Amino acid sequence: MEFPYLTLITFIPLLGAVACLLIPRKYEREMKRLAVALSLIPLVLAAILWLNYDYTAGTMQFLEEYAWIPTINVHYRVGVDGISLPLVFLTSLLTVICLFYSSYTIKERVKEYFAFFFLLEMGMVGVFVSLDFFLFYVFWEIGLVPMYFLIGVWGGPRRQYAAIKFFLYTLTGSVLMLLAILGMYFAEGTFGILEMARLRPFADNFTLQSLAFWGLFAAFAIKVPLWPFHTWLPDAHVEAPTAGSVILAGILLKLGAYGFLRILLPIFPQAFHHYAPIIAILALLSIVYGALVAMAQWDLKKLIAYSSVNHMGYVMLGLVAAASAIGTSEKILDSQAMALNGAVMQMFNHGIITGGLFLLVGVIYERSHTRDLKGFGGLGVTMPVYYGIMTATCLASLGLPGLAGFISEFLVFQGALSIIPPVAAIAISGVVVTAAMFLWKVIQLIFLGPLNEKWADLPDMQRWEVITMAPLLFFMVLFGLYPTPILNLINGTVVKLLSGL
Amino acid sequence: MLEDLALLSPEITLAIFALLVLGLDLAFKRLKDALAYVAIGGVILAIVVTALLFGTQGSLFSGMLVVDSFAFYFKIIACLATGLVILSSIAFMKERTPYRGEFYGLLLLATLAITLLAGASDLVMIYLSFEFVSLTCYVLVGYLRGDPKSSEGGIKYFLYGAVTSAVMLYGISLLYGITGSTNLAEIRNALLFPASPAASTPWLILPAVIFMLAGFGFKISLVPFHQWTPDAYEGAPTPIAAFLSVGPKAAGFAVLIRVFLTALPAYQIDWVAILSGISLVTMTFGNLVAIQQTNIKRMLAYSSIAQVGYILLGVVAAGPETYGITGVLLFILAYLFTNLGAFVAVVAFSHLTGSDEIADYAGLIRRAPLLAAALVVFFMSLAGIPPTGGFLGKFFVFGAAIQMGQKVFYFLAVVGVLNSIISLYYYFNVVRLMCFLPAKDETSLQIPRSLVLAVTITMAMTLVMGLHPQPFIELATRSVLSIAVLSPL
Repeated sequence: MEFPYLTLITFIPLLGAVACLLIPRKYEREMKRLAVALSLIPLVLAAILWLNYDYTAGTMQFLEEYAWIPTINVHYRVGVDGISLPLVFLTSLLTVICLFYSSYTIKERVKEYFAFFFLLEMGMVGVFVSLDFFLFYVFWEIGLVPMYFLIGVWGGPRRQYAAIKFFLYTLTGSVLMLLAILGMYFAEGTFGILEMARLRPFADNFTLQSLAFWGLFAAFAIKVPLWPFHTWLPDAHVEAPTAGSVILAGILLKLGAYGFLRILLPIFPQAFHHYAPIIAILALLSIVYGALVAMAQWDLKKLIAYSSVNHMGYVMLGLVAAASAIGTSEKILDSQAMALNGAVMQMFNHGIITGGLFLLVGVIYERSHTRDLKGFGGLGVTMPVYYGIMTATCLASLGLPGLAGFISEFLVFQGALSIIPPVAAIAISGVVVTAAMFLWKVIQLIFLGPLNEKWADLPDMQRWEVITMAPLLFFMVLFGLYPTPILNLINGTVVKLLSGL
Repeated sequence: MLEDLALLSPEITLAIFALLVLGLDLAFKRLKDALAYVAIGGVILAIVVTALLFGTQGSLFSGMLVVDSFAFYFKIIACLATGLVILSSIAFMKERTPYRGEFYGLLLLATLAITLLAGASDLVMIYLSFEFVSLTCYVLVGYLRGDPKSSEGGIKYFLYGAVTSAVMLYGISLLYGITGSTNLAEIRNALLFPASPAASTPWLILPAVIFMLAGFGFKISLVPFHQWTPDAYEGAPTPIAAFLSVGPKAAGFAVLIRVFLTALPAYQIDWVAILSGISLVTMTFGNLVAIQQTNIKRMLAYSSIAQVGYILLGVVAAGPETYGITGVLLFILAYLFTNLGAFVAVVAFSHLTGSDEIADYAGLIRRAPLLAAALVVFFMSLAGIPPTGGFLGKFFVFGAAIQMGQKVFYFLAVVGVLNSIISLYYYFNVVRLMCFLPAKDETSLQIPRSLVLAVTITMAMTLVMGLHPQPFIELATRSVLSIAVLSPL
């Protein structure tokens, strides 16, 4: 019996939620500290897993399995591989950062806020570690409820609308996924995700396979979100409190992409390959449309929200490139692996970069209570630290070499160009637009030009705000200059996944 | 004979306690509220007796009643429902009527009627216990004589009930005319193996089925026999609305399943077609109308109509290999805790504020955190979000539809899940009010202890069913075994 790392990472947040609710309201400061301290435990455990993961094998490791509902063959089955481990780490990291940030900014209904945040973490980690469809679905749904409350209670002016829209959209996808899961279960008699990938349900019946494929696709595409399922995203991101937006962009969107990688690609490679052209076009539209619409925004938060549609489009491009090449020659395997490696790394990078951007939006919004890009100007003089950090993060987001975003986007394009050249070629235009957008709209309009007197005495970033950003900047630079640790981790699993198709 | 009586001991226990409560009420004027605890004691005893008997089989009174696990399952459900309803009535009824002894007595009698209905295996017995359930419920709905709404609800309920049961009786007489028997097992044989081709009368069976369905449909409020539901729920004392939404409905399903699966397997294709259509219409109608409600009792009434539509999906997907009936049983148990819990919370709220308007729930999380949190759990369960019992029920019911493996059933399942999304909208509209909006009146609400207990039990059970469903699934699976499910011919 091994040490139950993954169970602890998943359920310590539950403990945290209960603790937050039980501590009386007068000990609010102590509760915040305890919450941050508790959230560090999963992070430390996740880091230990990263160091101990045997990436040469690339298999599922740290497995735990217990019977849960024997009558219908449901198991509590968890494990991580090179795809899920970085995401588990990212989840724990962003949770610590968000709780730390929130302990300074949240003043109302603090206990509930922290409790919901912990429940959210539990749901997200649970999805990444689950190897049983039933468990996967339960965690998938558990994550929705706290996010609904985080948006609805602590959000902006249109929070009620955004909260229910988010809930209804994602639930629509998940119930269709539930039907697909049930269909697979009654065909194969198991809920095991890995087993299902081996059994390949509906291999002889393409109609049913397509039905199941699109059922799952709906759930994941809404979550990613792929154009045209993205309309919940700008509302949710703009209305959510800062930390909520960080988690939304940083992790919730990854749940969708993770579903594509863990479920659709290994279980339905045939259908995925068959429908790859459609998905490629959707990915392309997400990239181009996301970039152009982001460019047209004057609300800083909305701009970043749409840039997420664009960035997640790169992830989908990598995925779909890999899927398009299924069953073709052996030579293409390298490009497939490159595209998928890029996609997985892009998931991690987008988490730290866009998470960081949303935090930085929070920083300026807390001070000025506006996000209107037309209203700023010249802040580079009065807020030099903020200027520096924002510039670095924007550059990482637009894919400047030397920072993390470049590596993953480069890999995706490199892989995709040799498999689906026309799509990849058009998609690259998205990079140009985002570069223009970040340089012109964000950096130039906020920091350069004549100082807007109205904001002349805005204070610069405080120490705790810099501390919040520091770990994110660290990973942006580290994986920009030396991506080996994360690429090794991802590559082993990706190669194994591709060779199994 | 003595052994027969032993098999009847749950019914006997309930009958004795009902009479005891009525007698004590007559003899001692001051006992009124203590009688509630006597009644709860009776219900608990009945549950214990039922649990001890679980697994035994028998047929009583020359085939009028059967004793099997399926019947036991519904007896437990009826007793649980009554126990929780009495618990939530104590504080509520105390301030509203002086006639509380009879109230608890009647509730026990209604429970007795449901337990009889659960075991009825002869059309005559079914009709009699059906009327027994109805008559006790009519009185309970109109119990608050001073309240015109309560009387209105009672009258409507009675008129609808009287008409539909007459129609049902006509259906029963047709079935008797065709087969020459009122015993379900004999009817089944007569239909499966007609004595001569002339004796096979499919053209008469269909009207018989539809007429009987009017009676069953009234009890479980299927569209188009549902119109009484919102008025009766709104007018009835809230604990009775809670009872109506669970007890008689469970009984209605018990008898529907028993009649259709035991007596009419020869015509399964026909009744499956009818019930599929009704299921679709019922869930969609219930959900769409529930969206517009401003009174929480009426909203829950329409929501309960929608829930019945989902349950019916399980009946439709009944086959020898499928989880259909297991799903129905699990769904009903989960629905018992969830819906009763939601109603108990409504009882608590209307007891303290005198309001049933959804708008008045604004800011409840500040005024009564436990109540609001419990309602969130109940609404999650009603919408089918894990980890709750409601999810488990839907998982099995929709699973059974998928398991049937035919296009029609896939379609039914898709409509079912899309309906869950519609329902989420109005359930979480209440959550939105409770948690996102400020209260008009910030005073915190002191909930009576009996109601706290009832809410806590139902909330805990709703969650336990979602987190540790294995024992419940085993129980339901064992209960299904005693009811023969044949494959469609």
